[in-house]
Amino acid sequence: MSGALAIDVSELTKSFGARKVVDKFSIQVPKGQVWGFLGPNGSGKTTTIRMLCGLLLPDSGSGTCLGYDIRKQAALIKRNVGYMTQKFSFYEDLSIRENLDFVARVYEMDDRVRAVDQAIERLGLVERQQQLAGTLSGGWKQRLALAACILHRPQLLLLDEPTAGVDPQARRDFWDEIHQLAAQGLTVLVSTHYMDEAERCDRIVYLAYGTVLARGTVGEVIGASTLNTWIVTGEDVRALAGELQGRPGVDQVSVFGVTLHVSGTDAGALERAIEPYRARAGFAWKKSSPSLEDVFIHLMAPFRARLTG
Amino acid sequence: MFGISLSRIGAVFLKELIQMRRDRLTFGMIIGIPIIQLILFGYAINSDPKHLPTAINVQDPSVYSRTLVRALENSGYFRVTHVINGEREGAALLASGSVAFVVTVPPEFSRALARGERPQVLIEADASDPAAAANAVGAVAQLPATVFNRELSGGLSSLRPTPAPFEVVVHRRYNPEGISAYNVVPGLIGVILTMTMVMITALAVTREVERGTMENLLAMPLQPFEVMAGKILPYIVMGYIQVTVVLIAARVLFGVPMLGSYFDLSIALALFIAANLSVGFTISTVASNQLQAMQMTFFFFLPSILLSGFMFPFRGMPEWAQWIGTVLPNTHFMRIVRGVMLKGSHLHDMLADVWPLIAFMLFAMAVALLRYRRTLD
Repeated sequence: MSGALAIDVSELTKSFGARKVVDKFSIQVPKGQVWGFLGPNGSGKTTTIRMLCGLLLPDSGSGTCLGYDIRKQAALIKRNVGYMTQKFSFYEDLSIRENLDFVARVYEMDDRVRAVDQAIERLGLVERQQQLAGTLSGGWKQRLALAACILHRPQLLLLDEPTAGVDPQARRDFWDEIHQLAAQGLTVLVSTHYMDEAERCDRIVYLAYGTVLARGTVGEVIGASTLNTWIVTGEDVRALAGELQGRPGVDQVSVFGVTLHVSGTDAGALERAIEPYRARAGFAWKKSSPSLEDVFIHLMAPFRARLTG
Repeated sequence: MFGISLSRIGAVFLKELIQMRRDRLTFGMIIGIPIIQLILFGYAINSDPKHLPTAINVQDPSVYSRTLVRALENSGYFRVTHVINGEREGAALLASGSVAFVVTVPPEFSRALARGERPQVLIEADASDPAAAANAVGAVAQLPATVFNRELSGGLSSLRPTPAPFEVVVHRRYNPEGISAYNVVPGLIGVILTMTMVMITALAVTREVERGTMENLLAMPLQPFEVMAGKILPYIVMGYIQVTVVLIAARVLFGVPMLGSYFDLSIALALFIAANLSVGFTISTVASNQLQAMQMTFFFFLPSILLSGFMFPFRGMPEWAQWIGTVLPNTHFMRIVRGVMLKGSHLHDMLADVWPLIAFMLFAMAVALLRYRRTLD
C-alpha cells in the first residue's frame, strides 16, 4: 500500500500556543501525481508542508513520507525530499553556481560538479553562473530555487507557494517543468493561491483554519459543491451587482469585468431572487456551473460569518 | 541514523568563507576594529598623563623661583604654557581648561625663604579628572625636600628641610616606566575578541533566520552541530588573525614585550574565543533580527569592557561589580594575557583564572546547543 503512496499521513495536528493551526489532517498522495494545496492565508498550508518534510514535529497523528516515518525518520525524509520555501531561501550573496554547489555538498553528492553543471545548463544560465543570486529577477530566482531543490534528485517535491509574485509567462514555464518532472515519476505537492494553477493539478485539497474543506479533482470539488451560479454578461454589471447583493437566495455576487457571477445554494430561491432583473435590457443571463473560485469563496463563508459574527 | 559528517561541515564552512569575503563591511570590521581600537586605546588612553599645560604666576622673580619652575618641568608632568601675572588670569585659564595647573610663587618668596619663614608655593590643580592630576600632584609633594638643596648652601644650609623620618619607595613592577600601553594592549585583545566574536557570530546566525535561509538549512540533511561547527570555525580563524594583528601592532607601535610563551597564549585564546562564540550563538537563538542581536551583544559587551578590569582597576570596584566581573570570561582572559605577556607567567601559574574560563565556555556552549535544538521546532 505505502509502496504506491508518496505521502500517507493521518490525523496530523499541530498547535502553536493555544492556536490550533492544523487539525486532524489526513492525506494519501500516490506517487507520480501533482497535488495542489489551496486555502486562505494562515490556513495551515505551510505548517502542514513543514510537518511532511520533518521540519516540524506534529503534536499528534502519524504517517509516512516516501515510506519513512515522519516522526522518527526525519533525516531520511530530508535526504529524499526537495522543499522549496515560500520566500526565496538561498543565498543572495552567493553566485548561482556557488548556491548549487553548496546544496550539492550538503547532500554529499558523488557527481557534484557534473550535477551542478547540468543544473546550470538546464536553467540556461551558463553565461550568468557567476552572477550573484540576489541580482536575479523574481522569475529567475524561483527557477534557481527549483533547480536547487531537485539537484539531489528527490522523489518528492514540496513547493510552498512557488509562483507568488511571478509573471504569467514564468508561471506557465514553471508549471510545464513541474509536469515534466511528474512525468519522470516525481511526486509534487504544491500550495498556491492561483485558480489556474489549481486547475493544472491532478488533485486539489482545500484547507481552511487547519481543516480540509474539500478534496478531489477540480471537477469533483465543483460537483460536490451545492452552489448554483448564474453568469450575467453586460455593460454595467457593477450597478446590477449592488442591487443583487444581499437579496434573499443570493449568497455571493462577484464582478469579473463585464461578467457577473451570482451564486446561491438554494437554486429555487436564487431563481426567484434574480427573476425581477432577468428582463432588464442589456444583460445576458446564463445558468452555469460555479467556478473553482466561487466554490472556494462559498466554502469559506461559514468561517467568515464566524469571524465577523 | 547519520553521524556527524565532515563534508557537510565543510560545505557550511566554505559557504561562510565566501559570504565573509563578499561582505566587505564585516570583513573590514574584523580587520579594522582591532587596529582602530589599538591605536585609540594605545595612544589616546593614558592613565598617567604627562606634560600637562601649566600656567606660572611668579610674583618674585629670583633664582629660587626659576629653579622651582625648572624642577617642575623636569618632573615630566608639567609643561609651562602660560606665564601670567595675577590670580584672576590664572583662575580664568583653569576654568576654561586651557591649563591643568596654576603655580603661584608669592611676592617676597626668596626673602621669606631666607628668613626661614617656610613660605608657601600654591599649586592649583584642575582635579575634575582626578586620575589625570593625581600623579602630577604626587610628584610635586616630593619637590620641597630636595629642590633647593643646591641653592641653600653655606650660611643658608640650616634652612634645608630636615630629612623625613621615613621614605616611601614605590616600585612599579612589570611596567616600571608606567607606560599605559603595556597594560592596555594586552587587555585590548580581550576587548576586541569579545566585541567581534560575539557580534559576528550572533549576526551570522541571525542573518540566516532574518533572510529566511535558515528554514532551507534545516530542511536539508544538516544537523544542528554541523551548522554550528561550520559557522563557528571561520570565525575562530578570524579571531586568531585579529590577535596576530594586535600582537604585531603592539610590538611595532608600542614595543609591548612578550615575556611568556605563545603556546600558553594560544591555549587561553582558544578557550576564550570558543566561550565568546558560544555566547554569540546563544544570542542568535534568542534574537529575531540582526538589530536585536546587535543590541544584545552590547548588553554583554559593556560589562565585559567596564567590569573586567580593562577600564577601571578591578580591586577598586564595589564588591557587587567585582562579582559580576568574576563571572565574565574577559576578566580572567585579560589577567591571563597580561600575565603571559608582561610577567612571563605560565598557564599553570594562573589556574585560578583558567578554570573559570573553561567553566564559562562549557556553560555557554551547552546553552547554545540546547537553545539551537529547541528552535528546530
